[in-house]
Amino acid sequence: MNLQAVKAIYIFEMSRTFRTLLQSIVSPVISTSLYFVVFGAAIGSRIQEVEGVSYGSFIVPGLIMLTVLTQSVSNGAFGIYFPKFIGTIYELNTAPISFLEIVLGYVGAAATKSFVIGLIILGTATFFVDLQIEHPVWMLMFLILTCISFSLLGFIIGILAENFEQLQLVPLLVITPLVFLGGSFYSVSMLPPFWQTITFFNPVVYLISGFRWSFFGLADVGVGYSLLAIFLFLFACLAVTGWIFSTGYKIKE
Amino acid sequence: MPNRLLTEYLYPNRHPKMREIVSIKDVTKVYKGGHQALTDVSLDIHEGEIFALLGPNGAGKTTLISAICGLISPSKGSVLVGGFDVVNDYRKSRSLIGLVPQEITLEPFEKVYNTVSFSRGLFGLGSNPELIERILTQLSLWDKKSAKIMELSGGMKRRVLIAKALSHEPQVLFLDEPTAGVDVELRKDMWQLVRELRENGVTIILTTHYIEEAEAIADRIGIINGGKLILAENKESLMGRLGRKQMRIELKSKITKIPDHLTKYGLTPSNEHSALIYTYDTTGERTGITSLLNDLNKSGIQIADIQTSQSSLEEIFVDLVEAGK
Repeated sequence: MNLQAVKAIYIFEMSRTFRTLLQSIVSPVISTSLYFVVFGAAIGSRIQEVEGVSYGSFIVPGLIMLTVLTQSVSNGAFGIYFPKFIGTIYELNTAPISFLEIVLGYVGAAATKSFVIGLIILGTATFFVDLQIEHPVWMLMFLILTCISFSLLGFIIGILAENFEQLQLVPLLVITPLVFLGGSFYSVSMLPPFWQTITFFNPVVYLISGFRWSFFGLADVGVGYSLLAIFLFLFACLAVTGWIFSTGYKIKE
Repeated sequence: MPNRLLTEYLYPNRHPKMREIVSIKDVTKVYKGGHQALTDVSLDIHEGEIFALLGPNGAGKTTLISAICGLISPSKGSVLVGGFDVVNDYRKSRSLIGLVPQEITLEPFEKVYNTVSFSRGLFGLGSNPELIERILTQLSLWDKKSAKIMELSGGMKRRVLIAKALSHEPQVLFLDEPTAGVDVELRKDMWQLVRELRENGVTIILTTHYIEEAEAIADRIGIINGGKLILAENKESLMGRLGRKQMRIELKSKITKIPDHLTKYGLTPSNEHSALIYTYDTTGERTGITSLLNDLNKSGIQIADIQTSQSSLEEIFVDLVEAGK
């Protein structure tokens, strides 16, 4: 195991974050604050509470997930797509490193970034609403698992993408709708029965539900299902990554 | 500069007196689209030499280098670097190799120093600020260490690529078209650098389509065309052929038969029999020109004019390439 290489990639990628601090950290914080103003203050004043939690607090886990998911996917995708795009990928292909080490370096850095952003948004939220976290350890675990698995999904997208458009396609057309329709801003029980059934096919519902449970102890689905869902997703991403590794697909001839 | 003993230290079981640092055997590469870029290429590179791989564009130079460095997998055949198979033992073989690619591929927003130390890390080595300072100083980049890549000139960027390739102290350095698009001054500097590296024990393999470049710095020259290695030969022996000159002696009157006492010169009459053609070796001790002219004079053959022409490496190269088609 070439741990030194993993470290080198990790540090190199993290330094990119610090170089683009404004874009990486400040912009998610600003957009989250806007959500609080619009959903928390404007709409929240008309919705008293959801299942005993004030609406402003209720949307916090969903908002964190919304940002963490999109950030993980785009960080993971961009991290590996950029060297492919500018050609510096030659260095990875000629260095004595395995695909596993490449994945650890890039996905590790992408996941770290979105984890930090998640915590920053959580901190920002405390300025707007009163928050108590019932199961902090579970909360961190859900957050970490989500960051890792969606950064891995991003990595896969970055490997497969052939241009910038494709790079944006999945986050824009898949992730954002799934998160919006995954109960970020409402409880699934508020939907008509037909749409409730449809919603349960959305994997993000399980993530948000589990994450919300760690805050308030209430969930749309059993927390066991949430854990199962995130592990299944993680293993699916690992399997696809493993397949890419075994074929060298899109990385080398 | 690059530490020759590093690999001995890392791989004590490696044969210490190995002559072939790179050994290519029957390598064939067929790309997915069906294009056959290499056909049964076999080549040994000796430790400590400068080997120039010469060929026109699209001849397979970069494909061959890519197969050695791990950028592509050969369809057939094997490549050993330092005795390690580049596919099965890729960690050990790649540790020995530094690659300077043809295209300038650098992250534009990164700083010079960081990008060089990143390369060292990728090769599994801990940070070594003294070494990186020495490399950057040798490449006249030390005062640019904190500059962003995008602020550098083209020549500087190319030197950053070299610094990256040297950062892990490779035994073999591949330079893919190192002087393409580089001005004369920089080209000379590059040649000087290549010689210095060789003095430090680094084996250099460079590709070029500039014949004068191969002439100027290579110990051995390989000519590749259409995916086939046409020859790999010491520069001196190739220069022997380069050194051949022809002297065309125009005669005042046509000649039907060459006199017997002139046969030792191997003269050939021109098509119209109005001139004699003498081929000689400039690298030889005697060219034989003086005695030939004396003998011609003795035979009463009158000379109208004399022209000489040299068969350049370029002509040899063009002939070989044409013959290979």
